Amino acid sequence: MTEPVLSVRNLKVEFASRRGTLRAIDGVSFDIAKGEVLGVVGESGAGKSVTGLAVIGLIDPPGRIAGGEIHLAGLRIDNLPPEEMRRIRGKRIGMIFQDPLTSLNPLYRVGDQIVETIRTHLNLSEAAARRRAIDLLAEVGIPAPEKRIDGYPHEFSGGMRQRVVIALAICAEPELIIADEPTTALDVSVQAQIISLIKRLGRDHGTAVMLVTHDMGVIAETSDRVAVMYAGRVAEIGPVQDVVKNPLHPYAKGLMGAIPTLAGDDKRLVQIPGSMPRLSAIPRGCSFNPRCAFAFDRCRVERPEPLPRGAQSVACHLYDNVPAESAA
Amino acid sequence: MSVPFVQARNLRRVFDVSKPWLNRVLEGGHLEFLKAVDHVSFEIRKGETFALVGESGSGKTTVARMVVGLLPPSAGDVLIDGVSMTDPRQAPARRKLRRRIQMIFQDPYASLNPRFRVDAIISEPIRAFDLIQGERDIQARVGELLSLVGLHPDDRLKYPHEFSGGQRQRIAIARALASDAEFIVCDEPTSALDVSVQAQILNLMRDLQDKFGLTYMFISHNLAVVRHMASRVGVMYLGRIVEIAEGRELFARPRMPYTKMLLGAVPDLAMSGRQRIPVKGEIPNPISPPSGCAFNPRCPLAFDLCRKETPELIDGVACHAVNTAPVPA
Repeated sequence: MTEPVLSVRNLKVEFASRRGTLRAIDGVSFDIAKGEVLGVVGESGAGKSVTGLAVIGLIDPPGRIAGGEIHLAGLRIDNLPPEEMRRIRGKRIGMIFQDPLTSLNPLYRVGDQIVETIRTHLNLSEAAARRRAIDLLAEVGIPAPEKRIDGYPHEFSGGMRQRVVIALAICAEPELIIADEPTTALDVSVQAQIISLIKRLGRDHGTAVMLVTHDMGVIAETSDRVAVMYAGRVAEIGPVQDVVKNPLHPYAKGLMGAIPTLAGDDKRLVQIPGSMPRLSAIPRGCSFNPRCAFAFDRCRVERPEPLPRGAQSVACHLYDNVPAESAA
Repeated sequence: MSVPFVQARNLRRVFDVSKPWLNRVLEGGHLEFLKAVDHVSFEIRKGETFALVGESGSGKTTVARMVVGLLPPSAGDVLIDGVSMTDPRQAPARRKLRRRIQMIFQDPYASLNPRFRVDAIISEPIRAFDLIQGERDIQARVGELLSLVGLHPDDRLKYPHEFSGGQRQRIAIARALASDAEFIVCDEPTSALDVSVQAQILNLMRDLQDKFGLTYMFISHNLAVVRHMASRVGVMYLGRIVEIAEGRELFARPRMPYTKMLLGAVPDLAMSGRQRIPVKGEIPNPISPPSGCAFNPRCPLAFDLCRKETPELIDGVACHAVNTAPVPA
């Protein structure tokens, strides 16, 4: 197997607070291969966005990476000096944020922002950079890019702005794109367009994509593999087909059942009692045990480690010492 | 068929979005109006859930606000249990009606007063309508309402900030039930919530409906949630209802091209690989909507008539292509 574009090993992120240190990410590991889209799904506070920010080196104090390693195509990047990290950010890792209005500077023309980014990372003349910016805008599906390049962000609609942000993210041909809730602020009809655009980019350029979202539907449409996060840990990771159709972890099962679908019947939705624990009060043992219908003594004492289960990997004691056939 | 509980008749709401008078005089320009809602009519029967679905800017919330009387319509009328919400002569009857109508809002962080304790929040409708006398009985009722929505009676002594988003939405539901409301307008009640919490709230709302025979008007942009909750659905586009049908019927056999496109755009969890209509373009600017049918620039079936004439809602669909010619499947 070739080397993954992104490899995260046992990542821990902590935030110092007056009431002690809060661990937002607690031992997260995953790989993303070239051209692969990894969906990271979970509810608010699960640590999805913090994981993305840690990869791109944007954890601000009081937060810090407290342990683990992040490798970008073999290069360890979690301990790089800020100046070197700045050169990687934007050049080798592109970022798409949730709100396209706040990720563009309202005072600069869209084209100037793209040209600036291109010239920061690539050795191109002003004119060549502008030509490239027009090509990029055309590629992300903005009509009449040679005119629109001189528009200001407020002259674009939400969906068009998100396309500009995507153009910015891919302008230096990065190996990895981190998309943090790229479609959450958009209407469904526009969301569908943006999803197919992200998919196409991964396919055409071989870019690895880490897609952070709370919307399982978006993941099912876009991703190759999916990681389900809960309280700062990966509960389950595996090929998207397997995780969606045959989730193993009780939390993943509950999550899939809780989503109303267009095809489903009108029966009651599966209900997970309670809510995600606060960072200051993560339960002992498995962090899901107070909400889990299958919890037994061991779950309340010992933290489950990820166990391989076919192509999936699940952090749950239920699957320990159980023959693989009976669970699959 | 019995008389519908809620009737909206030709609702219309126009907002003045012109520049201030002085700017118009100095810089030129003229009055500009935004027609947020136009020609919206529907009926809601007692005990059913009627949903309005549409993208942002389609006028769903404006309709909801007119139905509960938070916003006067520019034209048209709303009748609830035979009482007009606009006719000044029916003001006394309307006052009696108010108790029976409640609303649940989208953002549970903004819809509860942070300086009120939960008992004050929930007992406010009880006191306002003078439903129960005596402090002790009021507190007992508040406790009862809290248990009804799955919270603990002792939670009445806490403040809103001590609750999570889902719990706050439960408090909002308890407040809506406090006046023995029969008709509850829910404006995106779960959009701010996580899916597992959303499931809890949707289940709770259905249980309460079964228990008290509530009538819901449910506003949402999430088609899957609407599919789960609604017995009848109206699809809105740029201020008009473009299709209205029984829930099952609408999702199984959408007729209007916009409804088809909207359904096709929903990410598919089942991964059935179904064929979908590619989505074209975006919702136009409501200040200068396209002539004729507002959907015509994005519509694969549009023809001459669609660009000239606004289609009427006939037999549940407002579409020239559907109403005048057989639609190719």
